[in-house]
Amino acid sequence: MLTPVTDADGAPFWEYAARGELRVQACADCGEPRFPPRPCCPHCQSFAHEWRATSGRGRVWSYVLPHPPLLPDYAAQAPYNVIVVELDDAPRIRLVGNLVTGPGAPLDSVPADRIRIGARVQVVFSTLDDGTCLPQWILERP
Amino acid sequence: MAGNGLKDATAIVGIGQTPFAKQLPEDEKTLACRAVLAALDDAGIAPGEVDALASYTMEETDEVELAKAVGLGDLTFFSKAGYGGGGSCATVAHLAAAIATGQATVGVAWRSRKRGSGPRPWTDTTTQLPTPAQWTRPYGLLRPADEIAMLARRYLHEYGATRDHLFNVALACRNRANQNPAAVMYERPLTREMYMTSRWISEPLCLFDNCLETDGALACVVVSRERARDCRRAPVYVHSAAQGLPAQHHGMVNYWNDDPLTGPAWTAARQLWKHADLTPDDIDVAQIYDAFTVLIPLSLEGYGFCRRGEGAAYTEGGALEIGGRLPVNTGGGGLSEAYVHGFNLITEGVRQLRGTSTAQVPGATGCLVTAGEGVPTSALLLTNRS
Repeated sequence: MLTPVTDADGAPFWEYAARGELRVQACADCGEPRFPPRPCCPHCQSFAHEWRATSGRGRVWSYVLPHPPLLPDYAAQAPYNVIVVELDDAPRIRLVGNLVTGPGAPLDSVPADRIRIGARVQVVFSTLDDGTCLPQWILERP
Repeated sequence: MAGNGLKDATAIVGIGQTPFAKQLPEDEKTLACRAVLAALDDAGIAPGEVDALASYTMEETDEVELAKAVGLGDLTFFSKAGYGGGGSCATVAHLAAAIATGQATVGVAWRSRKRGSGPRPWTDTTTQLPTPAQWTRPYGLLRPADEIAMLARRYLHEYGATRDHLFNVALACRNRANQNPAAVMYERPLTREMYMTSRWISEPLCLFDNCLETDGALACVVVSRERARDCRRAPVYVHSAAQGLPAQHHGMVNYWNDDPLTGPAWTAARQLWKHADLTPDDIDVAQIYDAFTVLIPLSLEGYGFCRRGEGAAYTEGGALEIGGRLPVNTGGGGLSEAYVHGFNLITEGVRQLRGTSTAQVPGATGCLVTAGEGVPTSALLLTNRS
């Protein structure tokens, strides 16, 4: 499985994820949240930022079911789902993830016919082999 | 020229290409040389007269290698446009700007690619870029097909579009390829049953929603309108040209702005029409970038042929076929002629305006050509009237 190749802007997201927290970058001056993280605020140009806690709740904005040809670790689980989640706290912040039955469950653990645009989801954290914690999502009403 | 800017200041006077196939024996550099020499021969211009080059940042044959191999003259302008297939029309736009402002006199744009027999870019796990890959690839959103399928699912959901609409796109391109002996899919008809029962690539996109994987190269020659009068072929004028990178855009993984379904096409279109004497109603035929079928309805909306959300319905009733409201991709496009990062859409636009297409739209005078949608893009309005 591919692990996140992060950068200075993105690193705090993964550090918070490793503590079981889903946080998004927000401007410390005007308060506007932004994703992906970047050096300064596109609204007020301030370089001051904070990592704002979220409720970890959202809704499925869209999803796909990839089939081979894929990288081997992913082909072994295909067809699996990849979803985009719109956060309740900041509807214009959307995160790519997977819908799973629980932390660490395979990418194909939720039957495809259970996935709907608009479905309410809750974040969970899956630990990868290298110790990285990946935010994943479970259905609020499985 | 003062006050008119780019409008009709330059013309495409030569086009050239190699054969298209899943696998060609020659390397990319050799194919690039063949396409460029073919385009210059078509124009009746000697290689030594070329003083400008433009290509894509993903092009592997650089200016130095190409220029010394085919015997170009002293170059005074050379540029490369980024973002994969989004740069196709920008290559011509850059040459047109350079020639219109006196930086050069004879420009060649080209693309050579062995995507048919070479590696798929997404299989490279060593050059993951931190943004946006850290937010997408670990989850298995690996390929352009997956990234665009995400937008396709949302588009189908928001506007009640169906797979039949995407089939309309695939069918129109395949039908045109069946009229074009140079097309990879020549004499290989597509049926609705084949489409609906084909294997998935990334649901909701199936095999036939995806472009071909092709080896091949193409080129075109751009000169001033004055010089164009002396060339072998009737000039096809660059009427308007634009690039488009919208505010807060995020590349092909464009899920992170206010409205992900309003892509770079909308930005390019505003600039394109603003500087044109033509409107969408004046466009007889369009060559619309089709790495994936869904890009066509999205582009039809972006370039103003219909309103937001109407692109899928626009494809109904044979609208994209010859004789329809807007025939598209009349050589077969990336879906059925060849996928060479959209350069074959430029050359087919030129053929339509010369009256030499294998699926000629009678009396065509205005053609829109677009580059990759989703990624930062570019577009051209071509005309044979000036």
